[in-house]
Amino acid sequence: MYKPNDLILRTTTSLIAFILLGFAVYLLLAGHNSPGGGFVGGLVTSAAVILMYMAYGMETIAKIIPVNFRTVIPVGLLIAVGTGLGSFVFDVPFLSHTFGYFNVPIFGKIELATAMLFDIGVYLTVLGVTITIILNIANDQ
Amino acid sequence: MTSILATTEQIIDITLFICFFGISLSLVLLVYRIIVGPTNADRAVALDTIGINLMAVAALMAIYLLTTKLNDVILLIGILAFLGTVAIAKYLEKGVIIDRDID
Repeated sequence: MYKPNDLILRTTTSLIAFILLGFAVYLLLAGHNSPGGGFVGGLVTSAAVILMYMAYGMETIAKIIPVNFRTVIPVGLLIAVGTGLGSFVFDVPFLSHTFGYFNVPIFGKIELATAMLFDIGVYLTVLGVTITIILNIANDQ
Repeated sequence: MTSILATTEQIIDITLFICFFGISLSLVLLVYRIIVGPTNADRAVALDTIGINLMAVAALMAIYLLTTKLNDVILLIGILAFLGTVAIAKYLEKGVIIDRDID
């Protein structure tokens, strides 16, 4: 069996995957006021996971990340729908949006919006769908 | 003072025009290399270079539009071009992108 030498790929993956995950968190939190949002954050996170899959193979990553990504999809969809339904509690139309300014000890005065919660649902859905599609294509014989 | 500012802006405009022209010329040549490239390795290298050219176009666009919002886009294009190049290289080398178990 022919064995390729991918030591460089495996060494750089452990560095680049962390950079990608941090960038994904930044994109998720920076959304709806600047470029970014749940969709791009989910895509970058799935890119990091796919990079780890490419470097280390399927069985190793299945041992390291024991998450069935198919179950992430309904969780994300439930969070998104729950954000929409939560607006009925305050007697406003479906999927209403509000924001406020809060004082957080380290970061100072920041703006928090309820669209952030919807973005988290989008993030989880995109993450689950992308990884499920790519792994199923890769598993095809 | 205002004449110096106007001259500087004119120099930036001319430089941007020359850079856009050079990058579009380079993109045309790279598409030619992708279509008629003798081997698949040539096509992989040309695709990677197209990604780098896209980053350059986004950076020049950020200068042209006087905005900083495009910096995230440049980083994202770089990451995705890197991932695509790794996937193509592994396919050319081994024939499978995500292998079942570690060797």
